[in-house]
Amino acid sequence: MALSGMRGLSVFISDVRNCQNKEQERLRVDKELGNVRTRFKNEKGLSPYEKKKYVWKMLYIYMLGYDVDFGHMEAVSLISAPKYPEKQVGYIVTACLLNENHDFLRLAINTVRNDIIGRNETFQCLALTLVGNIGGREFAESLAADVQKLLISSSCRPLVRKKAALCLLRLYRKNPDVVNVDGWADRMAQLLDERDLGVLTSSMSLLVALVSNNHEAYWSCLPKCVKTLERLARNQDIPQEYTYYGIPSPWLQVKTMRALQYFPTVEDPNTRRSLFEVLQRILMGTDVVKNVNKNNASHAVLFEALALVMHLDAEKEMMSQCVALLGKFIAVREPNIRYLGLENMTRMLMVTDVQDIIKRHQAQIITSLKDPDISIRRRALDLLYGMCDVSNAKDIVEELLQYLSSADFAMREELSLKAAILAEKFAPDLSWYVDVILQLIDKAGDFVSDDIWFRVVQFVTNNEDLQSYAAAKAREYLNKPAIHETMVKVSAYILGEYGHLLARRPGYSPKELFTIIHEKHPTVSTSTIPILLSSYAKILMHTQPPEPELQNQIWTIFNKYESCIDVEIQQRAAEYFALSRKGASLMDILAEMPKFPERQSALIRKAEDAEVDTAEQSAIKLRAQQQMSTALVVTDQRPPNGMPAQPSIGPLSLVKVPSETVDSQNPGDQGLTHPNGVVYKEDPQPPSQDIIGDLLGTLSIEGPPGAVAQSPQSATYEAEGAPSAADAAALVPVGEESGSVQPIGNINERFYALCLKDSGVLYEDPNIQIGIKAEWRAHQGRLVLFLGNKNTASLGSVQALILPPTHLKMELSLVPETIPPRAQVQCPLEVMNLRPSRDVAVLDFSYKFGPTMVNVKLRLPAVLNKFLQPITVSPEEFFPQWRSLSGPPLKLQEVVRGVRPLPLPEMANLFNTYRLTVCPGLDPNPNNLVASTTFYSETTRAMLCLVRIETDPADRTQLRMTVASGDPTLTFELKEFIKEQLVSIPTAPQRPQGPAAPPPPVAQITAPPPAASQDPGALLAGLL
Amino acid sequence: EKAIRELSGVILSRGPKLCNFVDWKGHKVVYKRYASLYFCICIDEEDNELEALEVIHHFVEILDRYFGSVCELDLIFNFHKAYYILDELLIAGELQESSKRTIAKLISAQDNLVEVAKEEASSLSNIIAQATK
Repeated sequence: MALSGMRGLSVFISDVRNCQNKEQERLRVDKELGNVRTRFKNEKGLSPYEKKKYVWKMLYIYMLGYDVDFGHMEAVSLISAPKYPEKQVGYIVTACLLNENHDFLRLAINTVRNDIIGRNETFQCLALTLVGNIGGREFAESLAADVQKLLISSSCRPLVRKKAALCLLRLYRKNPDVVNVDGWADRMAQLLDERDLGVLTSSMSLLVALVSNNHEAYWSCLPKCVKTLERLARNQDIPQEYTYYGIPSPWLQVKTMRALQYFPTVEDPNTRRSLFEVLQRILMGTDVVKNVNKNNASHAVLFEALALVMHLDAEKEMMSQCVALLGKFIAVREPNIRYLGLENMTRMLMVTDVQDIIKRHQAQIITSLKDPDISIRRRALDLLYGMCDVSNAKDIVEELLQYLSSADFAMREELSLKAAILAEKFAPDLSWYVDVILQLIDKAGDFVSDDIWFRVVQFVTNNEDLQSYAAAKAREYLNKPAIHETMVKVSAYILGEYGHLLARRPGYSPKELFTIIHEKHPTVSTSTIPILLSSYAKILMHTQPPEPELQNQIWTIFNKYESCIDVEIQQRAAEYFALSRKGASLMDILAEMPKFPERQSALIRKAEDAEVDTAEQSAIKLRAQQQMSTALVVTDQRPPNGMPAQPSIGPLSLVKVPSETVDSQNPGDQGLTHPNGVVYKEDPQPPSQDIIGDLLGTLSIEGPPGAVAQSPQSATYEAEGAPSAADAAALVPVGEESGSVQPIGNINERFYALCLKDSGVLYEDPNIQIGIKAEWRAHQGRLVLFLGNKNTASLGSVQALILPPTHLKMELSLVPETIPPRAQVQCPLEVMNLRPSRDVAVLDFSYKFGPTMVNVKLRLPAVLNKFLQPITVSPEEFFPQWRSLSGPPLKLQEVVRGVRPLPLPEMANLFNTYRLTVCPGLDPNPNNLVASTTFYSETTRAMLCLVRIETDPADRTQLRMTVASGDPTLTFELKEFIKEQLVSIPTAPQRPQGPAAPPPPVAQITAPPPAASQDPGALLAGLL
Repeated sequence: EKAIRELSGVILSRGPKLCNFVDWKGHKVVYKRYASLYFCICIDEEDNELEALEVIHHFVEILDRYFGSVCELDLIFNFHKAYYILDELLIAGELQESSKRTIAKLISAQDNLVEVAKEEASSLSNIIAQATK
């Protein structure tokens, strides 16, 4: 047994290992921590050896999982020790104990820098390793340039340069805006000629990071990558020590192919030919061998080659070779290969024309769904989900259903969601769809989210042929002795609506239906009771002529719930009871539900969201975006039930109750506006005034409309978002009758001001003030909403919904329902910019003060310029870049007229405030402006944008604008954005104040006037 | 640390004949078992799993060469050595050097530096001891 060379440390480790239990261990560790702490306190007496020993002990304790909250200073101070042994320990322990945000690192920066630029290469290595492992913005800012010098220095030995390459990689990955890599293409190309394979391997990793961000700049590296690959895979021209189980550095091969995947194509025919030759050799020349490691290494290369072939969209023949290989892999014994076979087959689905070949392996894939390994089962599920279409949906979904009963709990939710989506997307007929969903609820009710059953109800409601079928099915399930509560909900709902269609069949009389539903009543929770009550009311209505006995039974139930503590239940019971005594008018109120407006399935959207969540900047994803993957296209299809494929109402509509959407679109069409300002809906025929009067009477809702708004339903309904919410007799206050509450200050001006600064007031009225504070970093942002209650009474029913445009991912933390008097709550909102776009996110905010419900829709200042970072470019950088972006769609030019006349310096100021750095002197013409900036989004990463404005001194109202960037959408959006700013410069503070001067409605971004913001439809139309 | 605890639960419960990859919070964990020791690497979803797996094995082979048939106790009592070696193999999670020979040479050079410093120190203290006699 080798000893650590430090007796004290070894003794301590043995002690810890000899502890009988966790408690003893903790005691021993605490004792040691105490010891170390006292030793550090009288630091003067510590020899370097002792200091080293204690720092190691601390690291060991930290490794055991204990908190070590002191001694960091000692570790960091060892870095500046003059001698290697102490320095080494200092560096390693610091790298392990501290993360990039730790304050102490700042103390070390100088020492680290001195070590990096110093002459001692062992010190250089230590310093580079630390920086490479910790990263950190401050390190990047102060060290990146030095690290770059080391990497290309001809006097440095490989051992330093390979570390420099990876160190730079780390700094660049974490802070691409700080590390200046302009003009690095040539240097990278040079580095790829490197003979030392350590340096080459590290440089290749660096190249992968660089090209993933901006492949345009690195075209010159492409042929070199192909050469490297040829050298390794074909010529095997490599020192013996760099072969791994006989394979020429598999890692380097993989990295090289990874880098190649970031270039959209290989244009040069010679290079392309050589590349395909090598790939062909890899594909065909890889055999399964006995040695595990050799096997793994060669397959690592093979799978990377497969990915590259897919990316290059090779000839069909090569593709089918690939699929054939994968088909072989998914059936082999070696689990790793099976796993990867399935995973890569899923990726392969994105390639056109191979789906049919993949389908041939369906049986094998279904077998993998029963693999003993959950990792493999997951991949099989992904693949089945991806490969499903109309032709095989029945088989696949039935397999999934069968598997559901035996699947692990960890997978059930995903499984049932996927089955539901597939059933909806590819249902050959709708009765099958209903069957599947009901089976799903039956088998895995706990894992079936509400969305799934809401969706089936929508389908049944919208398809008359389906209604009696669904009712019969629902009735069958109710026969079962124990069924899931979700099944009770959906069955009760369907039987209430459509049970009467089957009234003539035996077992379907109103009384029987009621009995069988009511049998489940004792087992359900409060969330189901309202649905049962509606169902009873409907049964009662359909019982013609009335059966007094049934009536009495149901009335008794209503009576019982009239005093229920749950307001939703109480109100329903009271309303239904009153309504059902009205006789004929009951028919109107409780008539069948109208059809739901067609819209995109919430489930599919959920799945899409999930895809976006995991979207990362990777070669495959990039490609998917470039080519519009078939997988995504498919999700846009409507179920083949004859409904027209409509564009979805957008992600915003989800939160709305369906009928509400109808109403807000066709006011007066279905609803009737009562003088009180309350809208009744649901009724094909408007009920007579009489009923309304009575209704109000029964509910004892009298007085001003505000009293109606007080009804708890609005809140509950919003929350449920369920079809049930649109149930009969629902009084939903529509339209935000905010009445007396008027905003203080101009909402628009506040918004524009916040577009330029990062903190300020977004909204204010007599009751509440909403402040915003934002921090932006690259493509991410963190906004904090400060909701301040100005009153001495609480604000209730506070709701904040974010309606994000598609290019932003936004997550709002929980907003409390009430804000106590004079209190301020903070709600962080995380923002991530996925793509360039000028669309604006909206905060739908409401609260109740006393009887008044206030609702406002506020634009959030997460606008395009927040994702810009100023950057200054030199002429040497600007001109090549400007020239290389030669024309549309990357470079766009437009003559803009109607510009608000501005003196040139003021225009330059304006640009700078929008974080477009004006670079003086670049354009010889003094009437022109040249500006540059970096735009950040997840898809584009950091991207340089260049802008040139040519003004006409004779006519300041027009100018010619040229915008260029490496991304066509970005170029377009940025151009439009700048145009908007120039045309209707909404710089609130400089403009004459007053409501009489709303920004001219030239630009799309300009908001509808405040009055229109009351109407969500109009607002959205303005935004989308 | 919390991650390790969670992952231990996931990985230790997996049987011997399963694949070496586990999905974990939008990432993948590649692990390999050597007797009673597990080595894990967390990678992105799109990364090459087998490549990572062989990085683990490569690391173990280098440890093996350094310690001469490495065992758990070697690593426990010499955890700092394991860190030195890891730092020569990986930086920023990327492979830095794939030659075992080169790494071995670098590590022994480091060990020498430490030795030399130690000798210097002890000879120095000898001289002082002599002088103060």
